[in-house]
Amino acid sequence: MLLKENNTELKRQINYNVEKIRSDFPILSQLVHGKPLVYLDNAATTQKPLHVLHSLENYYYKQNANIHRGVHALSQEATEAFESSRIKVKKFINALGKNEIIFTKGTTESINLVAQTYCRKFLKEGDDIIISEMEHHSNIVPWQLICEEKKANLKVIPISETGELIFEEFEKLISEKTKLVSVVYASNSLGTVNPVKEIINLAHSYNVPVLLDAAQAVNHLELDVQELDCDFLAFSGHKLYGPTGIGILYGKVNLLEIMPPYQGGGDMISKVTFKQTTYNELPHKFEAGTPNIAGAIGLGAAIDYVSNVGLDRIAYYENTLLEYATDKISTLSGLRVIGTAKNKISVLSFVLDNIHPHDVGTFLDFEGVAIRTGHHCTQPVMDKFKIPATSRASFGMYNTFDEIDILYNGLKKILEVFK
Amino acid sequence: MQQELRELYQQVILDHNKSPRNFRKIENPTVALEGYNPLCGDNITIYLELDDNKIIRDISFQGSGCAISKASASLMTSMLKGKSVDEAKFLFDKFHHLVTAKIDEEVDLDQLGKLAVFSGVREFPARVKCASLAWHTMINALEGKGEKVTTE
Repeated sequence: MLLKENNTELKRQINYNVEKIRSDFPILSQLVHGKPLVYLDNAATTQKPLHVLHSLENYYYKQNANIHRGVHALSQEATEAFESSRIKVKKFINALGKNEIIFTKGTTESINLVAQTYCRKFLKEGDDIIISEMEHHSNIVPWQLICEEKKANLKVIPISETGELIFEEFEKLISEKTKLVSVVYASNSLGTVNPVKEIINLAHSYNVPVLLDAAQAVNHLELDVQELDCDFLAFSGHKLYGPTGIGILYGKVNLLEIMPPYQGGGDMISKVTFKQTTYNELPHKFEAGTPNIAGAIGLGAAIDYVSNVGLDRIAYYENTLLEYATDKISTLSGLRVIGTAKNKISVLSFVLDNIHPHDVGTFLDFEGVAIRTGHHCTQPVMDKFKIPATSRASFGMYNTFDEIDILYNGLKKILEVFK
Repeated sequence: MQQELRELYQQVILDHNKSPRNFRKIENPTVALEGYNPLCGDNITIYLELDDNKIIRDISFQGSGCAISKASASLMTSMLKGKSVDEAKFLFDKFHHLVTAKIDEEVDLDQLGKLAVFSGVREFPARVKCASLAWHTMINALEGKGEKVTTE
């Protein structure tokens, strides 16, 4: 419990000025039900700093034009802003080339893109795709759809009571029949960080490509796709303090090249006749139609902002928040933390004896505290722990130790009312 | 507790949440139906035993859900025991109006009895489904929608 007192020390050590960061997020300084907003639903979506808001405003005020085709000044300016965001993403995840960065609507579309192109072409009857028991529905259903179509099998790596992937079971599941492994880097409902490097190494020893769902990892862990050697990686802008409706699919260039296009339309072609169409080069082959230009620019601004603060320092700070919060709320009687992996991002799921998470959510809302309650789009995880739902507090770069105290006091009040 | 919150979580609701009435299975129901709210995972099964004159001889429920949905099922079953199917349908409409009426709309509480404790729900759009799950399940069971469990 010394962590809070160590806040000043922490500030000095990692030069982390949370008050300065908070002042960059105008939404945080408002009242909800008459109480200061305590936003602890960052795993659902993060708030946006002024830097991102200004980039969106600037685009629509001064740069709005369609990209890639216009010869006029605005079109060129918009194209340049859009493409410079691609380069920012490339640098942020250390991809080899910008042609490996595909703009999508978000993680969900990125995963569906791989299912509908790579798997549609290469998945055969009797083949296997391997996922884990802790996947978000968006990393389950796209594979179910394509497996059903191709008469292939979806295999699931089970998880332990602590919410960790059982690696030995993965070793048993992978075989010559495996065509793809798709696992979450960090779990949205449990917080577990998976040993993705080991997963990738084992999969590669069978020549099996690996997709990482990095939706929850992207704002907590430094991503280096070359270091990881993952074949695909998907994430969303809105969980990285950027806008909604924009996401990324990273793919190794050799894989992207042999994959058929995802959607047909403008921008993804190089020449169209009624007899034959030749496709545009990467990454445009996968970007049919006018993209979310403002979203991409906003994502670029978010990357600038996060990089400026430093993801390593953000991660360090969030870990101290998680530790403080876990210790503190664990002292409440009847509270059980769901997801107790050794290596976690700042996601804290819990259940209270005989009090349903929805009641917890409504009560906390009246304390100004926004948390998530429900199954978090991970129903198999709920089934595994034999619970209908959890309450989930998830911390971001702007949360404070005082806010965790408010959460704790709110929970104490609920226990009092329901006792 | 703040006013709106107190109106939502009235003592009666907290009581019924803690000790729900008719929280059991009827072994040979005339009809039983499972209601599910996919948004929150609330899950409730309503059991009904009707006699030849379409009177609800017994009604019970089982399942899991929040305080609002549990108390709603508990109060509903207490209320409907001994009522006719037509009366149940009438109360369904009354209850539905109670929880979905506009905030400034006048709601007739006549004949609602204890169900009036749910009048605070309409201030919480996200919780309307919690309050009405048991009722929708009951009405679907009576109207023969969904899977029927019949006894010989």
